[in-house]
Amino acid sequence: MKLDVAGIRRQFPILSAVIDGQPVHYLDNGASAQTPDAVLDAVRTYETTGRANVLRGVHRLAERATEAYEKAREEVAAFLGVMPMEVVFTGGCTAAINLVAYSHGSLLKPGDRIILSELEHHSNIVPWQLLRARSGIEIDVIPVTLDGRIDLEVLPRLLSPRTRLISLAHVSNVTGALLDVRAVVAAAKSVGARVMLDGAQYAPHGPVDVPGLGIDFYVFAGHKAYGPNGIGVLWARPELLEAMPPFHGGGSMIGRVTFAETTWAPPPRRFEAGTPPIGPAIGLGAACAWMRRLDWPGVHAHEMALVQRLMDGLQEIDGTHILGPASLQNRYPVVSFMLDGVHPHDVAQTLDSFGVAVRAGHHCAQPLMDRFDLDGTTRVSMAPYNDNSDIDALLTGVKHAARTLR
Amino acid sequence: MNDQLYQDRIVALAKARTGAGKLAPPAKSARRDNPLCGDRVTIDVRLGDDGRITEIAHQVRGCLLCQASASALASVAVGRDKAGIAALRHDAERAIGREPGEAAEPFAAFAPVKSHKSRQDCVLLPFEALGEALG
Repeated sequence: MKLDVAGIRRQFPILSAVIDGQPVHYLDNGASAQTPDAVLDAVRTYETTGRANVLRGVHRLAERATEAYEKAREEVAAFLGVMPMEVVFTGGCTAAINLVAYSHGSLLKPGDRIILSELEHHSNIVPWQLLRARSGIEIDVIPVTLDGRIDLEVLPRLLSPRTRLISLAHVSNVTGALLDVRAVVAAAKSVGARVMLDGAQYAPHGPVDVPGLGIDFYVFAGHKAYGPNGIGVLWARPELLEAMPPFHGGGSMIGRVTFAETTWAPPPRRFEAGTPPIGPAIGLGAACAWMRRLDWPGVHAHEMALVQRLMDGLQEIDGTHILGPASLQNRYPVVSFMLDGVHPHDVAQTLDSFGVAVRAGHHCAQPLMDRFDLDGTTRVSMAPYNDNSDIDALLTGVKHAARTLR
Repeated sequence: MNDQLYQDRIVALAKARTGAGKLAPPAKSARRDNPLCGDRVTIDVRLGDDGRITEIAHQVRGCLLCQASASALASVAVGRDKAGIAALRHDAERAIGREPGEAAEPFAAFAPVKSHKSRQDCVLLPFEALGEALG
């Protein structure tokens, strides 16, 4: 059965908005996706019928809030195929990586090695550099192939008995390349290293079979996965969480506090100090439930058809180049391109004047830009609600930029 | 399409590439990056004994607005000292709406940037680099 894209679009109020007389062609989903009614309703229900702090209150509102918060954890766990107590709510994907780098990182010794790649988002680079400065670990970097994939042929040469962790993007936020997780996990196992995946660009495209991936840590962002801002997720194997010391200290994460000694709560609460982002967590739970109801094989086919339409259309415009895999194999609907003689920001600004929202620049991946000696790219990132009219409006705008700005 | 940012005058300033290039040493030089967008401007200047600019050159790795601004700046910088460059910057800031008043040429061309707050720093980046080069 064909995917009911119009039906999906109707669930996103912002997509029917008119801005300055133009419809919204939203193709900046890789930065932040839009939010469906199901999520907005869940947050509003919490705010209007159950708003209170979680865990310690005995009144009915507090109980409602706690129940909704923990139900959200169950929804996220179901989305990842894991147990709820293995899911830690964080302030975002960046916060989740920082949590692992700080907490799991504190268990590493000087001279231990971590492997990253050249295409990582800064959020999967800088926390490890901070750890390196604190504790003397070493960082190895897997290069990127000409078509924007992590070059796993190089990985065996980077492995060493001191390799403790390989942390990579599940899908590149610039090139859209899908990681060969199986190969990475096999390589990691050969030296006893852990694997962490940055799922920020993967999770918005369907439930994640975390147990099937054989990995150790998974992180993703709520706002890129149709949820609210200010919420992210860390999943880790329970024995790893159990061994990790706290990241932040405060309320809720303790067992017993005395001035002589404080003990920690078990995970996940050990890592959720202070009042958590309750409404955003509830919204993310609703987003995960919403995503689980979608026909993902249908969505994936639809998204890939949009990618094909985009790539075909760009090829017809003189002086365009795609940074990333040219085929649809093992790629996700994130497409970066350059237009000769026109800076990406000027492309994006021109597209905005056609009602098309995209992202331009280095995409928080400056090492990748350096690798290809680029100022930046224009990035088109799609979601299930995008349709041909979005791609066609974009192509019209790129043609206009090509005609007028060079 | 409902945007008038890339008006002909801005595009023409960028395409003119006035002052694009490098100066041979010894010249004063400074590079400034916009950490948000990654734009990069390098400005080389040579000064006379009186502190006035005798030669200026720029290399821009950035958007059209940044290129146009560097080009406009290079077209009027020679013969000016630090205070004269500061006066030009005020002009640019007036053009983009950060200061009240009318901007003089060539920066009056940047008036369409007024309504694009996220792009205003693109216009000012060459001034940042030149300010640093002048010390």
